[in-house]
Amino acid sequence: MKKKLSRNQTFLLITIPVLALFFCFNTLPLIKGLMYSFTNFRGFGSYEWVGMRNYADLFTDARVGKSYLFTFKFALLATVVTNVIALLLALGLNGKIRAKSTLRGVYFIPRILGGLVVGYIFGYIFTYILPAITGKGSMLSNTGTAWIAIVIVAAWQSIAQTTLIYISGLQTVPEDVYEAGAIDGATGWLSFKNLTFPLIIPFFSINMVLSMKDFLMVFDQIMAMTKGGPAQSTESISFLIYNNGMGGGQFGFQSANAVIFFIVIVAISVFQLNFTGKKEEQL
Amino acid sequence: MKKKNKVAAVTNWPLTILLIAGCITVVFPLYMAIVIAFKKPSEMTNDIAGALSLPKSWSLENFAEAMRVTDFWHSLGYSVLITVATVVLAILIHSLAGYAIGRSMAKNKFYKISYLYIVSGMFVPFAILMMPLVKQTAQMGIDNWFGVILCYLVFYMPMNVMLYSGYLKNIPIALEEAAYVDGATTWTTYWKVIFPIMKPMHATVAVLTALGTWNDVMTPLVIMSGKGANTLPLAQLTFQTQFGTNYNLAFASYLLALLPILVFYLICQKQIINGVVNGAVK
Repeated sequence: MKKKLSRNQTFLLITIPVLALFFCFNTLPLIKGLMYSFTNFRGFGSYEWVGMRNYADLFTDARVGKSYLFTFKFALLATVVTNVIALLLALGLNGKIRAKSTLRGVYFIPRILGGLVVGYIFGYIFTYILPAITGKGSMLSNTGTAWIAIVIVAAWQSIAQTTLIYISGLQTVPEDVYEAGAIDGATGWLSFKNLTFPLIIPFFSINMVLSMKDFLMVFDQIMAMTKGGPAQSTESISFLIYNNGMGGGQFGFQSANAVIFFIVIVAISVFQLNFTGKKEEQL
Repeated sequence: MKKKNKVAAVTNWPLTILLIAGCITVVFPLYMAIVIAFKKPSEMTNDIAGALSLPKSWSLENFAEAMRVTDFWHSLGYSVLITVATVVLAILIHSLAGYAIGRSMAKNKFYKISYLYIVSGMFVPFAILMMPLVKQTAQMGIDNWFGVILCYLVFYMPMNVMLYSGYLKNIPIALEEAAYVDGATTWTTYWKVIFPIMKPMHATVAVLTALGTWNDVMTPLVIMSGKGANTLPLAQLTFQTQFGTNYNLAFASYLLALLPILVFYLICQKQIINGVVNGAVK
């Protein structure tokens, strides 16, 4: 047995256990989830196969429809808000300013904090501080504004990382590009639109993909601030699956919901990657 | 002296001041959390001043009470255990996997497929794995911290394997070949030559994995909750009802939950920022 393992044998001995682990805690639950989605399992006790009934019910279930509407509305607005503010902030932080690294360090803080605790802190601000200033009721208790409050908190956290990624993009733009542009009269907005932005498109794509994906899976902030309310107006897909699947006796039904959610996430990711990939080629 | 003047001349002061003023959006929630955490409930009058003014005395009473109510040291222990174990195992296992797969996937179809198989896991939302994983970990008897660590090792595998095998593309294979000539096995070559070279990537992986696991609520919530064991963020959720309307106690507890990561950030700010940016850009 003193024989030395060949390079290929070593690689196999590494890869196979890793694949087994991955299969066991990713693929296997995925398959089981798919299986449960064809049953009327409540999370306990016996269950029966119900074929496609869960899927048929999904499309007529008002609560599920509402959660998709909220999640997409939320993710779109949060992505736009995050990226606009982060890009402006990145341009500022990349400018000729003092205390550059300290400022960057401060603006990065929200990224390292946990979403749940941040949600609780902002929950207090929205419930007590803001109404005291504006004289109006809490944003969180109004079905029309509660989702905006979630956007604000999610964006507050997400801007930190997005900004840093834009800054690293801006640093790849060589100074002489601006100098050459200035000779041709491109300054300010023109310079940004025609020189800076095209050159940082790859970073823009990364940020769009990352923030969209994170926002579609929003959970912690909702758990902390609204628990889906008021009147289920801030129930994200993840929250609904957790809430009704784990505690509401809808294990099978919410499994079907999760399968659809999974397909939606894959579709959006593929679309985004294709779309941004094409845009980069054009340049 | 001359040089200093030149720097001052090009500094964009309005922008600097604007950006400093903007820090208030980050600092204000933290300031509020701190002052409320130090106050007594009787100091909390119904106007804003009651909430935002400085406390009359900086007593640590709320913190002691919060530690008792939320079983702070146990939760901290679980958080540290889960995060440290996940990070160490991720660096060891994911780098090995990234090495084996990354070095072979150009020539060998099996590894190419393995790579795509693992990386495609990035698109699987936790929501679909959640319910089956709860059943599965319970059946296996690992619906505890150990099961959470195993889950994290799998959840972070797609990203980390991708990062490691991407990083390896820039490490010339000639380095390893030199070691083979000296009679070393692939295994020893890896630990002696490749593993140390990947140090910058270890830092990135450590930062991303640590931030993700430390702050995660959902996985410990579904897998280990209801058994008296909490991680630090999970404890805030579990004891929410006990805080009631005593916001001073609640905020002391929130601050305690935020403190470890803030201290950590103060110490290795540069590594953390670099880690997060590298992870995203690569």
